[in-house]
Amino acid sequence: MAFVKNAFQHDILPADTPLINVQIDGEWVQVPKGLNAIEAASRAGKFVPHYCYHPKLSIVGNCRMCLLEIGMPKMSPDRKPIIGEDGKPEIGWIPRPAIGCATQLADGMGIRTDSKLAKDCREGVMEFLLINHPLDCPICDQAGECKLQEYSVEYGQSESRFVEQKVHKPKKVDIGERIVLDDERCIMCSRCIRFAREFCKDDVLGFTQRGGFTTLAVHHDKRFDNNYSLNTVDICPVGALTSKDFRFKMRVWFLRETPSVCTGCATGCNVTVGAREQTVYRLTPRENEDVNSLWMCDQGRLNIGYFQGPDRLTEPLVRVGGSQVGAVWSNIYPQIQHKMLGLKGEQVAILASARATNEELFVIADVRRSLGGDTVLADIVPRPGKSDGVLQNADRNPNSAGTRIFGLNYKGQNIAKIKEAIDAGKIKALFCFHEDAVEAGIPAETLQKLDLLVLQHIVPGPTGALAHFVLAGAAWTEKRGSMINAAGRLQRLNKATACPGSAREDLEILLNLRTALTGGNSLHKVEEVFKAAASQYPIFEGLTFSRITDLGVQLDRSKLPRPQVVKGSVVAEPDFAEEFAPREMPVKSEGLPATTPRISA
Amino acid sequence: MPAPAEMRIVLKNIDKPGYTRDIDCYLKHGGYEELKKAIAMAPADIIAEVKASGLRGRGGAGFPCGVKWGFIDPKKNTKPVYLICNADESEPGTFKDRQIIHKEPHQLIEGMIISCFANNVKLAYIYIRGEFPYGAKILEEAIEEARAHNFIGTNILGTGYDLEIYVHRGAGAYICGEETGLIESLEGKRAYPRIKPPYFPAVLGLYMCPTIVNNVETLCDVKHIIKMGGAEYGKLGRPNNTGTRVICVSGDVEKPGYYEFETGKITMGELIYEVCGGIKGGKKLKAIIPGGSSAKIIRAGEVFKVKEKQADGSMADKEIKLEDVILDFDSLAAIGTMAGSGGVMVMDETRDITRCLANLSEFYAHESCGQCTPCREGAQWMKKITRRIATGEGRAADVPLLKSVADNIAGKTICAFGEACSWPVQSFLAKFKDEFDAKAAAGTGPVVRPVEPTMSAPKGSAAYKAAKEPVIAG
Repeated sequence: MAFVKNAFQHDILPADTPLINVQIDGEWVQVPKGLNAIEAASRAGKFVPHYCYHPKLSIVGNCRMCLLEIGMPKMSPDRKPIIGEDGKPEIGWIPRPAIGCATQLADGMGIRTDSKLAKDCREGVMEFLLINHPLDCPICDQAGECKLQEYSVEYGQSESRFVEQKVHKPKKVDIGERIVLDDERCIMCSRCIRFAREFCKDDVLGFTQRGGFTTLAVHHDKRFDNNYSLNTVDICPVGALTSKDFRFKMRVWFLRETPSVCTGCATGCNVTVGAREQTVYRLTPRENEDVNSLWMCDQGRLNIGYFQGPDRLTEPLVRVGGSQVGAVWSNIYPQIQHKMLGLKGEQVAILASARATNEELFVIADVRRSLGGDTVLADIVPRPGKSDGVLQNADRNPNSAGTRIFGLNYKGQNIAKIKEAIDAGKIKALFCFHEDAVEAGIPAETLQKLDLLVLQHIVPGPTGALAHFVLAGAAWTEKRGSMINAAGRLQRLNKATACPGSAREDLEILLNLRTALTGGNSLHKVEEVFKAAASQYPIFEGLTFSRITDLGVQLDRSKLPRPQVVKGSVVAEPDFAEEFAPREMPVKSEGLPATTPRISA
Repeated sequence: MPAPAEMRIVLKNIDKPGYTRDIDCYLKHGGYEELKKAIAMAPADIIAEVKASGLRGRGGAGFPCGVKWGFIDPKKNTKPVYLICNADESEPGTFKDRQIIHKEPHQLIEGMIISCFANNVKLAYIYIRGEFPYGAKILEEAIEEARAHNFIGTNILGTGYDLEIYVHRGAGAYICGEETGLIESLEGKRAYPRIKPPYFPAVLGLYMCPTIVNNVETLCDVKHIIKMGGAEYGKLGRPNNTGTRVICVSGDVEKPGYYEFETGKITMGELIYEVCGGIKGGKKLKAIIPGGSSAKIIRAGEVFKVKEKQADGSMADKEIKLEDVILDFDSLAAIGTMAGSGGVMVMDETRDITRCLANLSEFYAHESCGQCTPCREGAQWMKKITRRIATGEGRAADVPLLKSVADNIAGKTICAFGEACSWPVQSFLAKFKDEFDAKAAAGTGPVVRPVEPTMSAPKGSAAYKAAKEPVIAG
């Protein structure tokens, strides 16, 4: 079940849609009834180029790039199809081309995507689109993923016949908090206008002027600041709409693309991480009809600065006297082991994170069991927010479901208990995994009473200064692992970049800690950890890490631990049913930064 | 043989001395009698009469009116049906609807009421061209007069039939006359024509309901069909080209104006040399555009080869001279042009044909709505090329280029504007290739000029400034 409902879905039909026979480029194939010619052709392995057509938006047919030749079955006078010598129905070809996007195929119809007529049409349209285009590809951000470029190679001409002056239009128009518009590059396909109107319900984009001077613009006293605005940059087939965050930062062909999952909230939008060397430059939504369709929110998309800032931990730190010094990993584990000697049960507490992967949580839970199971106080830091009714979940933690499975989620109720127990002198050692104890509500004075404070994180934060050991961990783009979204879908993170400096992947750190604290040394790789988890937790039965695939696996929701409603709890972890209620789109998003700070590559 | 006399049916009272446009004058001359007759008939019978009359649309395409009405099946349709009178008369060379609206608005209103009654329409619109503010005022006054006489409103003439007619002033663009563009405009949006399929007005028209869009003259004809009877009306004119037709003659003739003839009873030669008094100043004819500016041009002295049906039913080739071409839908289509909206534009021998085309191309470039690629870019391009040729900045290569651009537009656009802007180019080049070649070859070629702001934005606006800014991408 997808989180987001598209207003249009031209590419997906119900599974029980009857099939019809159509002829595509001379071959008879069966396609589901109700597809348009572009989609039908793609099922037959034929690509029909298009600009304005988008499977999730209304059809306007304005680019004319998908013009092709269509034919109707020839009928005898008694309205029966005429069968040719080859036993197949004969087709009467219509001399006038038709647009593929708005042509729904019926039984016995034919299309020709590669006939002379179709080729001439495309060549003509390509020429028209380019005559007034600035052709500023060398400095255009879209270069490398521009449909004008791609189709020029495939369907265009090698030289221009245009000797007139080009039409000039506004450039670098600031239409929103996160988007810049170049009207000269715009090909007036109206995808962004339709996306704003149909998906965002924020109808602020439109055309002004007329004819060859037609200009895309934002409504004169409004701005396109919707939290989904950057999706228009993705669907813009040319370089007209560019992201302020990404523009001029990197040529797209240098980006290494890694499929992963956004960790901004419990929706788990599937994303492609675009990185070069050790820097993540952008996130783009990756199609998954069971989760986010083709979209993601701007907030999630731009959330790549916090782990690439100057305060990023790049080496483990050890407190020596009053100060912290850089250390070597191999020295750290024995030191922690030494400090932990004799401590267990009620003397130890764990602050885990619902931002951790299932594999990490499994190891944490395993260590906790060895140290005394439930007597070891543990919890996570909840992050309640407001659902925007589209993709943003009220639960801003990406893996709350995982923390429930591994028994580490007490909805934040244990944090106060941990504080009391430290103050009372009962708890001697506290492990914080990717959560900051001070920010979670345990004040520095309390933490100073501890004999051992270990922080594993990507930034030191206020707790870092107090910790005896600071373990430099990995951001979500730097590691592999799995998470479970609010709908109970198990999804995979993949490693897009290496950890900076001598920071390490969290699972590696945790496994080393586990060895140091429990002696267990049977697990090494993420696959092995997942396998171990699957053998102990029935919800993962029959699954392996590789079986999750890039699109994830839906877990049996009835077997997932439900979020417990605790009386007086400030935590609003939404119920699944509530999450799947029809969603309304808010008009404006919460304040967002225009760009994200990041360290240069 | 002398030219046949005018047969004024639609224009019967127009320009009659002492005839005024108010309802009293109209009633005195037998007005609204046909409405009383029609409203006593069964709606299906009215449609049958219109079908029997063979009436073809007078707006330009010549589509059979009865067939258009027949697309809406009253048994299956569950939505309200709308009727829109297309009074967005904006085809250059056409000025007939304006005469009717200004001089006898009640004729149109009566025709509309009858048509609405026949199609069970409860709400109708007159979409009048934005540049006809006076016409809109006249129509609104006329509607109020008709309402006072219970011809419009509730329970019309005691029959229980309700009808409301609203006048809607157009948005000032040629494309508003394209029926789906008109519907979009009426809905309050930019007049971007809709794609067909699926948005055929008879199925998904105004507010996604079945909609009939008819021209002013067509709706007036409905009144006369009721008066004469469909079969009787169908005897006027020639088979498949029935009734009368208002022809607007403009350009280089002694007596330009609007004339109404029995369709197909007058030839081009008779119209120009007898009815209109010949070419102005005794000059010679050069060319004629016979059906509004988008119709293909014909050249003086042309001889056309057409197929003619013989008495025994066989087809035989026949040569006819331009002067002998009959002015009706089929005859003009047979010689490769069209009767269109009935606007005959005459050019004399002194006209520079390249300038004529540049003028037309400029009009179409200005009026292209810009929705779909070939027309938006192509119309502008053709304007630039034709302007260069006409002003002596052409090159020999421009003529084949121009033709190729036109070929890439026609038949590839959302609406018929693609044809409207490319047919003149194609036909001018085909018929006057010699003149275009000579002028283009004698030209200087493109002259580089400093960048001028081509935005149509008002001076001083942000868009204007942005357009004037040095072009630095990003």
